[in-house]
Amino acid sequence: MKMINRFWKFMLLAIIIYTIIQLLITTEVFNLFYTNTLITIAINIILAVSLHLVIGITGQFSIGHAGFLAVGAYISAIVTMKLALPFPLALFAAGVIAAVAGLIVGIPTLRLRGDYLAIATLGFAEIIRIIFLNIDYVGGAAGMVVSRTTNWTISYICLLITLIVIINFTNSRHGRACVAIRENEIAADAMGINTTYYKVVAFVIGSFFAGIAGGLYAHNFYIIQPASFGFLKSFDILIFVVLGGLGSLSGAVLSAILLTIVSTFLQDYAETRMIIYSLILILVMLYRPQGLMGTREITDFFTSRKKNALKGGENL
Amino acid sequence: MSTNPLLHIQNVGIRFGGLRAVANFTLKLNQGELIGLIGPNGAGKTTVFNLLTGVYAPTEGEIFFNGERINGLPPYKVTRKGISRTFQNIRLFNELSVLDNVKIAYHSLAKHSIFSSIFRFPKHFSGEKEMEEKSIEFLKIFHLDHVKEEKAKNLPYGQQRRLEIARALAAGPKLLLLDEPAAGMNPQETKELMELISFIRNEFNLTILLIEHDMKLVMGVCEKISVLDHGQLIAHGTPEEIRKHPKVIEAYLGEEVGEEHA
Amino acid sequence: MEWIQQFFNGISLGSIYALIALGYTMVYGIIKLINFAHGDVFMIGAFTGFFAISVLNLSFLPALLLAMIVCAILGVTIERIAYKRLRNSTRIAALITAIGVSLLIEYIFIYFRGAQPEAYPEVLAKETYNIFGAKISSQSVLILCVTVILMILLQFIVHRSKIGKAMRAVAYDQDAAKLMGINVDNTISITFAIGSALAGAAGVIFGIYYTKIDPLMGIIPGLKAFIAAVLGGIGIIPGAMVGGFLLGIVETVVSASGFSLWRDAAAFIILILILIFRPSGIFGKNAKEKV
Repeated sequence: MKMINRFWKFMLLAIIIYTIIQLLITTEVFNLFYTNTLITIAINIILAVSLHLVIGITGQFSIGHAGFLAVGAYISAIVTMKLALPFPLALFAAGVIAAVAGLIVGIPTLRLRGDYLAIATLGFAEIIRIIFLNIDYVGGAAGMVVSRTTNWTISYICLLITLIVIINFTNSRHGRACVAIRENEIAADAMGINTTYYKVVAFVIGSFFAGIAGGLYAHNFYIIQPASFGFLKSFDILIFVVLGGLGSLSGAVLSAILLTIVSTFLQDYAETRMIIYSLILILVMLYRPQGLMGTREITDFFTSRKKNALKGGENL
Repeated sequence: MSTNPLLHIQNVGIRFGGLRAVANFTLKLNQGELIGLIGPNGAGKTTVFNLLTGVYAPTEGEIFFNGERINGLPPYKVTRKGISRTFQNIRLFNELSVLDNVKIAYHSLAKHSIFSSIFRFPKHFSGEKEMEEKSIEFLKIFHLDHVKEEKAKNLPYGQQRRLEIARALAAGPKLLLLDEPAAGMNPQETKELMELISFIRNEFNLTILLIEHDMKLVMGVCEKISVLDHGQLIAHGTPEEIRKHPKVIEAYLGEEVGEEHA
Repeated sequence: MEWIQQFFNGISLGSIYALIALGYTMVYGIIKLINFAHGDVFMIGAFTGFFAISVLNLSFLPALLLAMIVCAILGVTIERIAYKRLRNSTRIAALITAIGVSLLIEYIFIYFRGAQPEAYPEVLAKETYNIFGAKISSQSVLILCVTVILMILLQFIVHRSKIGKAMRAVAYDQDAAKLMGINVDNTISITFAIGSALAGAAGVIFGIYYTKIDPLMGIIPGLKAFIAAVLGGIGIIPGAMVGGFLLGIVETVVSASGFSLWRDAAAFIILILILIFRPSGIFGKNAKEKV
């Protein structure tokens, strides 16, 4: 019962936030620039949380998340622009195909550990990018023109769905199995957990939502190009998870919000932005490897640190 | 004594490159037995456990459990067949609570699917509730229920050892493999552990195979003992027989068998 | 005779990969870190060479030497400032830091000088030899010579000198090496110095051969060199050399067969195949986690 109660509290809060922001938009207190920033924040939170499931919860160090973002972006663009089907359907298709890509990438690579896995996912993301680069149907290097359909409401709905699914998954026996893999893979195996299965499941769910984010991303600009989905994009997503604290969902959300705002202000100073990002990464690793939040959740500060929320360390 | 042993290891061996870590190892365990596996350092005791639990696949021989051939199965499948273990160097889920550690072991006995969890179907709630209740029962048996919200890594050493056994039991084994459960414990803790092992064996109708360096514990609690040296079984018998066995004395090379062997 | 031509092009490209790969493999061998910033050390080497030739008016060999020295110092600085305190943290933390260092070097460099590319001055007289009908430039012969000399030198250092012995000891077991009175910190720094110097040399050679350099030029060759190191068996010095040459030849063949846009993909596909089917590489031995 308590669980159900928490859910409605969460929904209530979500609706309040939505109403306030929607009011600000309709009364034009928030101009186009702010609205755009809000959409970007929503997309980045979806990306951060989906990667958090893979890295923070399951402990599988993937640095190729932009690959699935690319799949989602291109698939959704094909569905709306080439097949002229509705946008929500395009988003769903983007998620499904990205999940399939996650399955194809995950099954062979997730047997690898640590830095080998990192490099393999990086490699796959590059291969995905190069594939799009070579397909004339989607415009090759010149890219593909996409009409701007993404708005605040649909981004917010996608964000909520992502959060609910990933929180529910994490707080169940399945999420615990994933955390067990992060904490000690050999012991997890010895406790009867099919480690490969759960690694792949986490990876596929993560890819699904990266795909949805890709759909939103593609329809938030007027053009998508393979060059936007390179290693630097994966790095942008990685930094949300690392700065927030490996294992903390609210940490990933907070740092996604924070860094999106920072980079919006530094839009015209790309080098400065990259210098700040890379310094953050180095300094966090050197002086606070557990990130802003460690493995705590923001709710821990309100509840008297009881509830056995799934927590875990930074040992990957 | 039943004619069908619960565990039957037949001429099992494994090679790592040129090294023969275990060779021609044979052992039968009947339902309800408690057998000790001893031997000098590097004799291959833990390797035997790793072979039994599927961490390594044997390069020769067969392992039958409950009449089923289990060699080559991956560890999680072996566990689901009913063999669970503890580790020589404790492997707890350090950052998780004591309760979650046990819940994870109960994982494969629960049935609710990923879908029911994501969409919070009633099955999810009933399944999670059952897991929680069962796990707390296990913790009570091991006197760990008062620390159930602590992180596993913050427990004192003796409690960590106990938690590891509790966790292994929660996976629902017929055969329990304990790898040096008393390592690093003081005499008082060791004594309590011995009592606990006898207790859970009766309570859960378990068969236990135990690796141990503490001779007092082995001689006190085990009905039969197997001695391994250089990957080979050199003796098998009651504690009395083992104590006098010339090969065993030779293997320990003057080390006093039966007295305070660390 | 097209194929002999391609083979020589492949060797030239491969020797650049091999030189960079050596640094990756030495560092990984000794502290189990994928030094992502290594590709940027290579870039700094190329720019140092450029500066030495066009501003200081140095000839090829002094420029090469200067680039190697600058890179050695840079490598040791990175190690001392960023990596040293991470020795006891997780490998993932170290990897994230390395990615950070890599981007930091790139963008600080762009910040101060801009992102525009530079045309490398012609420092070597260009002649073309005709071998079995294939046109081989004097430059590719020189590149090959320099690479081979550096590799022989490296083999000599690693296997014949005292510091080489210390490096092998630290790579094998850091604690034991410390107990034997080896200065582990210095040994690791020297490893970085040697690896970075080789990357610096590769940078100058790259500039001369491909004539165009830019601040982000290190990323792709850096990744490729890492693939070469994995291909040969990471941590194994001859493996890095063979892996480098092999990868260079494969890429040239893929381009020459009309799939030039797929060239980068080929390298990554090789990487993934190797990681999945033979993660220890061509020369490596398999290792399994101890339970």
